[in-house]
Amino acid sequence: MSTAVGAPATPIDAPRGVRFPHVNYLNANYGIKSWLLTLDHKRIALLYLASVTFFFFLGGVYAIAIRLELMTPAGDLVESQTYNKLFTHHGVLMVFFFLIPSIPAILGNFLIPLMIGAKDLAFPRLNLLSWYIYMAGGIITLWALLSGGVDTGWTFYTPFSTTFSNGYVVAAGLGIFVNGFSSILTGLNFIVTIHTMRAPGMTWFRLPLFIWAHYATSIIFILGTPVIAITILLVALERLARIGIFDPALGGDPVLFQHLFWFYSHPAVYIMLLPSMGIVSEVIATFSRKNIFGYTFVAFSSIAIAVFGFLVWGHHMFTSSQSIYAGMVFSFISYAVAIPSAVKVFNWTATLYKGSISYDTPMLYALAFIGLFLIGGMTGLFLAALGLDVHVHDTYFVVAHFHYIMVGGALMGYLGGMHYWWPKITGRMYPEGWARFAALVIFVGFNLTFFPQFLLGYMGMPRRYHAYPVDAPVWQVLHVMSTSGASIMGVGMLIPMVYFIWSMRYGKFATANPWPATGLEWRTASPPPTENFGTTPVVTWEAYEFRPMEETEVIGPGDTPAQPIDGMQPTDGKNP
Amino acid sequence: MSEHIVPRKVYFVVFGALMVLTALTVFAANIDFGVLNDVIAMTIAVTKAVLVILFFMHVRYGSRLIMLVVVAGFFWLAILMVLTLSDYNSRKWVEQRVRQSTIPSEAGR
Repeated sequence: MSTAVGAPATPIDAPRGVRFPHVNYLNANYGIKSWLLTLDHKRIALLYLASVTFFFFLGGVYAIAIRLELMTPAGDLVESQTYNKLFTHHGVLMVFFFLIPSIPAILGNFLIPLMIGAKDLAFPRLNLLSWYIYMAGGIITLWALLSGGVDTGWTFYTPFSTTFSNGYVVAAGLGIFVNGFSSILTGLNFIVTIHTMRAPGMTWFRLPLFIWAHYATSIIFILGTPVIAITILLVALERLARIGIFDPALGGDPVLFQHLFWFYSHPAVYIMLLPSMGIVSEVIATFSRKNIFGYTFVAFSSIAIAVFGFLVWGHHMFTSSQSIYAGMVFSFISYAVAIPSAVKVFNWTATLYKGSISYDTPMLYALAFIGLFLIGGMTGLFLAALGLDVHVHDTYFVVAHFHYIMVGGALMGYLGGMHYWWPKITGRMYPEGWARFAALVIFVGFNLTFFPQFLLGYMGMPRRYHAYPVDAPVWQVLHVMSTSGASIMGVGMLIPMVYFIWSMRYGKFATANPWPATGLEWRTASPPPTENFGTTPVVTWEAYEFRPMEETEVIGPGDTPAQPIDGMQPTDGKNP
Repeated sequence: MSEHIVPRKVYFVVFGALMVLTALTVFAANIDFGVLNDVIAMTIAVTKAVLVILFFMHVRYGSRLIMLVVVAGFFWLAILMVLTLSDYNSRKWVEQRVRQSTIPSEAGR
């Protein structure tokens, strides 16, 4: 907890091992059944948290193995076939089982009902089902990866995946197919919830930007995921039954796979990024004590990104046999996506301007997001340029670009959000000093890992190779930098893991509104009771009503004082 | 969600219509209409799909929001098809351009 946040937010010392003073969703009932059969969106979010974290660390292990191999020019640590499996497994686990579900299924699940003043999501049983489907997909994929492995890359490009690969392509595809239904159910649940379950007075333009971002994400979930499901099915049909979809010898076209695959997988990038942007909007407003600049523009830019995101997939295919005329259209529209993205970045920057800024951990991640997303986004424009893309296509330049978006963007937002809402989720504060230190370590490690990859890619290092020429010593220098950065980042990821677990038992008790922020989720106890609010809240305030910290300390955080709505005593009794 | 009770008769009539259209598909497949082959097959298929969506999936009795969702779904399918076909249909243009630009230079040699 930062001292800058001031007196109202100071939590009391936690008596060790003492239970929470009020009944909440965590202590309402106990036992394994109360978790595995729960219909409470908050508990389901925690089920997701545990499983998504597992897949994240597993994917991380593969990343470390890749980086270790690339330390030396010779392919000496693993054989080329094993290396193919390493980067495929890393990609499959990180994309489908970490990045896509991470923020929506954990923080979205937890916060959407709290933020709109509802008791739960619209379909609690579907919500639980989505977690079971996720687990089923995860187990099938894990089985495929561990029993035989897949060597196609996470993109499963034909004709390699349909005709030549000897890996467990169909099994891994089945896992991803099943997992897709979990995304669809989550998206459906969010859309219906946001449409039908807003509290009285919670109009569309009073919704927090986190909700707008999740609404846009849900649209992509519902409209995009069925296409990847069908595409995987077609790959399986061609592999197993030799039906000619992608194989020219059977009358198919391998480039059709790329069209179908990227129709989903490009918008999937925005599935990872939009929720992160929602988090950044919340965090920037809270820690600069200012209302978000241009609320409507930021809200609609989320929708614009979701819609434009569906029109640009051909920019992954400039060097395939795609017609150059189609390429020109895709290139042009790809540039257009930069507009709503830039709207967000400029509006966040304008929000910071003359703000009363405090550098608590969530803010550090949000600021990191802005900078890293900027680099990732701008290099994306390089890649959307038809001519330049021919030079850097399938090189480490691409790898660096999308890691800046996915790790520098999506993961930073996720970590920022986890820190920001951790007091709400667990009712305990994380150790602020350690958290800031970890944020710094992750930021340094991240840049050291991926910035050299831009240079490597520009010099011609292809992706998915486990060896490179010895007579270009600068390549090894850059690779060693990248590997050492990855090690630093790996350690940086372990620190939050340790202190989050530690804080669940030993952290200081959190107040209902530790930051203090003005959203509805901060007007109920930390952790919230099972039914979220004692009485249905009536919303009479706008989404963001911040005033500078000095005023907040005297008269409360917003124009409407953030009294706990259900009259439940905050844990320290000091809350304004 | 308002539950609209559909008389059983409607389901049977729609089912009958689908069966008749299926028979029509098989019948039409055995006759060569020339360029109209695809048009006729697709017309029958689309009619059947519309019947299923409107009656079996209750969209005809749904709110405007439900209709909007259905329309959005088809709109997105159209995006997928139009942009994908924009690739396939313009590939020939490249060949034409290449041919046009190479022929004069060969002639000049």
